[in-house]
Amino acid sequence: MSGSTPNTGANRIAGKGRLSPAKTVMFTFDGKSYNALEGDTLASALLANGIHLAGRSFKYHRPRGILAAGSEEPNALMDISRDSARRQPNIRATVQPVFDGMIAKSQNRYPSLSFDVGAINDGMGRFFSAGFYYKTFMWPQKAWDAVYEPFIRNAAGLGVSPDEADPDHYANQFAHCDVLIVGAGATGLQAALVAGKSGKSVIICDEQEEMGGALLSDATSKIDGKSAQEWADDAKAKLAEMKNVTILPRTTAFGYYNHNMVTLTELVTEHMANPDPDLPRERCWQVRAKKVVLATGAIERHIVFPDNDRPGIMMASAAQTYLNRYGVAVGSNVAIYTSSDSAYSVAFDLKRAGIEVPAIVDMRDTIDQALLDEAEELKIRVLKGFAVVGTKGRLRVTEIAVQPVNGENVETIAVDCLLMAGGWTPSVHLFSQSRGRVKFDEATGTFLPDIYTEECISVGSCNGTHDLSEAMLEASTAAKDAVGGKAPKAVKVVNGPRMSGFHIGSAKGAGPEDFTKAFIDYQNDVTAKDIRLAVREGFHSIEHVKRYTTTGMASDQGKMSNMHGLAIAAEALDKPIPEVGLTTFRSPFTPVTFGALVGHNKGELFDVTRKTPMHEWHVEQGADFEDVGNWKRAWYYPQAGEDMHAAVNRECKAIRDAAGIFDATTLGKIEVVGPDAVKFMNMMYTNPWDKLAVGRLRYGIMCREDGFIYDDGVVARLAEDRFHVTTTTGGAPRVLNMMEDYLQTEFPEWKVWLTSTSEQWAVIAVQGPKAREIVEPLLDGIDLDAMQHMSVQTGKICGVETRFMRMSFTGEYGFEINVPADYGRQVWEAIYERGKPMGMAPYGTEAMHVLRAEKGYIIVGQDTDGTVTPHDANVGWAIGKKKTDFVGIKGLQRPDLVAEDRRQLVGLKTMDPKIKLEEGAQVVDDPNHAVPIPMIGFVTSSYWSECLGHSIAMALIENGHNRMGETVHIPMPDEIIKAEICSPVFYDPEGGRTNG
Amino acid sequence: MLLIHCPYCEKDLPETEFHGEGEAHIERPTNMADISDEAFEKFFFIRENQKGVLFERWRHLHGCGRFFNAVRHSVSDKFIKTYKARQEKPKLTKKEIDAVLPPAKSTPANEPIYADAVKGKK
Repeated sequence: MSGSTPNTGANRIAGKGRLSPAKTVMFTFDGKSYNALEGDTLASALLANGIHLAGRSFKYHRPRGILAAGSEEPNALMDISRDSARRQPNIRATVQPVFDGMIAKSQNRYPSLSFDVGAINDGMGRFFSAGFYYKTFMWPQKAWDAVYEPFIRNAAGLGVSPDEADPDHYANQFAHCDVLIVGAGATGLQAALVAGKSGKSVIICDEQEEMGGALLSDATSKIDGKSAQEWADDAKAKLAEMKNVTILPRTTAFGYYNHNMVTLTELVTEHMANPDPDLPRERCWQVRAKKVVLATGAIERHIVFPDNDRPGIMMASAAQTYLNRYGVAVGSNVAIYTSSDSAYSVAFDLKRAGIEVPAIVDMRDTIDQALLDEAEELKIRVLKGFAVVGTKGRLRVTEIAVQPVNGENVETIAVDCLLMAGGWTPSVHLFSQSRGRVKFDEATGTFLPDIYTEECISVGSCNGTHDLSEAMLEASTAAKDAVGGKAPKAVKVVNGPRMSGFHIGSAKGAGPEDFTKAFIDYQNDVTAKDIRLAVREGFHSIEHVKRYTTTGMASDQGKMSNMHGLAIAAEALDKPIPEVGLTTFRSPFTPVTFGALVGHNKGELFDVTRKTPMHEWHVEQGADFEDVGNWKRAWYYPQAGEDMHAAVNRECKAIRDAAGIFDATTLGKIEVVGPDAVKFMNMMYTNPWDKLAVGRLRYGIMCREDGFIYDDGVVARLAEDRFHVTTTTGGAPRVLNMMEDYLQTEFPEWKVWLTSTSEQWAVIAVQGPKAREIVEPLLDGIDLDAMQHMSVQTGKICGVETRFMRMSFTGEYGFEINVPADYGRQVWEAIYERGKPMGMAPYGTEAMHVLRAEKGYIIVGQDTDGTVTPHDANVGWAIGKKKTDFVGIKGLQRPDLVAEDRRQLVGLKTMDPKIKLEEGAQVVDDPNHAVPIPMIGFVTSSYWSECLGHSIAMALIENGHNRMGETVHIPMPDEIIKAEICSPVFYDPEGGRTNG
Repeated sequence: MLLIHCPYCEKDLPETEFHGEGEAHIERPTNMADISDEAFEKFFFIRENQKGVLFERWRHLHGCGRFFNAVRHSVSDKFIKTYKARQEKPKLTKKEIDAVLPPAKSTPANEPIYADAVKGKK
């Protein structure tokens, strides 16, 4: 952009606004290139180029213009991108800074913005009234899938979702401060100056690119002898020098949560042409503040009159902002429709800038004389007690019709822009989110903060204090109260903004008798008529009216429309506004991207991944993995040409014929230590532990108080006062939590210490007839001859300390070898090197499951589901019959738990041995029974057993223990499978191989 | 997100460090095997879960690991106090309770009017 100054728009007024004419950027809108000034929003840049038409409305596809200049904008939603992967729909043009190379597109139109076929909906308005979806798509039921849903899906929604993965990263930041100030308008800046001077930590945030709020649009006020803009610049310069003040522009406080936690979303790079790739695109702040000062200002309300939605019809305050802040004239012939004094300074500013103001149409009869005098001086016609009752112009307003509020004569006035000023709605959103209660103020027609529940304080316009002098005092006082110290010097304001006068509800021409479209909610195309219809149809709660008409439910959350909707509902219900009540304000204040909420928690950082010390070995061997909790477990090790089935069959055979090696590291491990350790074990597990000798193992069952199985695992007694407890892989944290709970809260006097040792030990299972031959030469200090099944010795393997256990989860002779985790892979490889020539195979969790099922060993969580007792699961023997107490002792006595017909774990053998049942399949007695067929249970585990040459299954079947040999049926979609109830121990029931 | 005072760490810490553990002051009978089914039902299944002031258990799971008790108002989510496990159920003063009450429903905002409508019909 060198050489002559590019044209940044015909409507740019030289010498007006805060932007430097020297700094220009280029962007495209719907494929056409435009220039803008650095600091422009997309809206100000479009208006500078004379573009009002910014989009089509949601339901009727009516042409819509830019309405506002801030985050409340309901109409000008754009698709903004810098490249194909960085594209976001539904961005408000009024808050998007223009950067060089930005691509903006209008939305919700086809084929083009100025000619849109969807606009046919506009003529069919009576078919699209309130509750349209509920009424239209009711029947026939069959049409729903084929016709209605595709139609709705096609027509619904604003904008088009991005279709590429987001290449950017997002950050998350926690912060604590003494004072958080939300909003950096006059009162926010003043509060920050006062709080900042104290040296306490202060954060001030504002959603806009430039801090200053309405001061930046104010050409009249004098504050402490300076212009409003100078005062704001001075204040910002002072704050920038305070090291204890964090200044966050482009940062929206979007949520107010318990105990003074406020969430902010900071747009870090959205305004940059070439952002540093190391910068996060957005940063989500979680700020815990001792005091929150809400200086969120007020939002100007539009006026509900017929055809109030043509492009070129916009908010008066927005026009003032575009003029004084961006140097942009919104039109050349601009009329104003008002019920508020605030419109007058807009008219005066426009006129002084050389813009024609054909009329101020004021619906009030009584207007302050000073305003009338100034209007007369500037030769602006004021129509007292008049209303705008109609507008013309297809893609831009060209003409307005005015009529006395209490009269008939209609006059038309040619315009290219009409400004609306319906008064001000305090932004109580965050206050309300903090669960503060608002109160309706009749005098100003607003809901104002009343009862506070969090440590916050509202100041200025959001508190209904529109007088700038008073607002500054409020801000100073609030800040001083938060940080202590002396009362600050009063701020002297001359010629401050005049904000009185308001109108809510429908204006002339949009009453109950009028058949006109007077929009309340621009984004969701809700008219005054729709609200009345909803009330007529019986929706009397404002929350129901909202949902039925969808007013206030668009992405702008009704920032401009809620009060109008409420007032019209109140009128239709014949109730005063406070009795109807406000709808609830919820987070977020403005839309927040998923990226900002997700932050760093995506991709590899989405969740914790736990890997065993031998993990890389499994990877090198080509294992497939399965996720078990957060663990990655080797599932099976396919060799060339093998599918899962073949690999698992081979692994199972290898173990039964020779040996297998298995990574059991993921088992939970808890060290239970102390003089009362055995007493504690007796309480936690159903088993008796007193007589378990040092050096022996026992299979333990843990119940909850209700008597249902909670966890299981093998427990080693290493010393009189020391147990090495194992838990299921997924159960470790909850088992330790339960143990800690009892120890801390029920038995705090017991001397027991619990330590999680899950990650301390790597566990290598070596199983099979050749297990002993393989490991024996590697051992030192372990006497295998003396080792019975279910025993433990400590010694060394490969020179490394080990807790060496003889046990089996496969039904074969075998060991589970605990070594310090850091040596896991080394010992594993040493064992495998010896075993491989002897036919040893590594096996994964699938083969482990098959082998344990062949032996009828249960998996807690697969063969049990929280309603299964030890008796049901065939491990009733593990309950200490002589024990007087343990967790679950009473639960197990309950009548339902000792009943005969409980579902009990049994084996199932299919009549056709080749058929493998599906896990979860329902089991019935009589498949020919009329539907619904009574279910008697379901399949919990089912596998193909290569060693046995037939399928095996376990199932929970009613009264199963007493039904051995009986036939049951498993109805499947294409066949009914017959199976015989049998013992769940399919393989080596005598246990000769294990005890070997 | 709540700010919870751990009585062991003696610090106000964010809720994410803690885990809720249900109602407090339910003591496990010492003669568990001998209690009646009704007593077991009361001990294991029945919970107050009232709207208002609750005595509840928390565990500082991602911190010191200790279980402790808290008194919280279930509507305002404000804590009256937290105290160590096994300490006696505190007697609350009116002042303490008043300090955590949600605002009275004197203002109608956020209150749907159907409550009034239903009242009117009766």
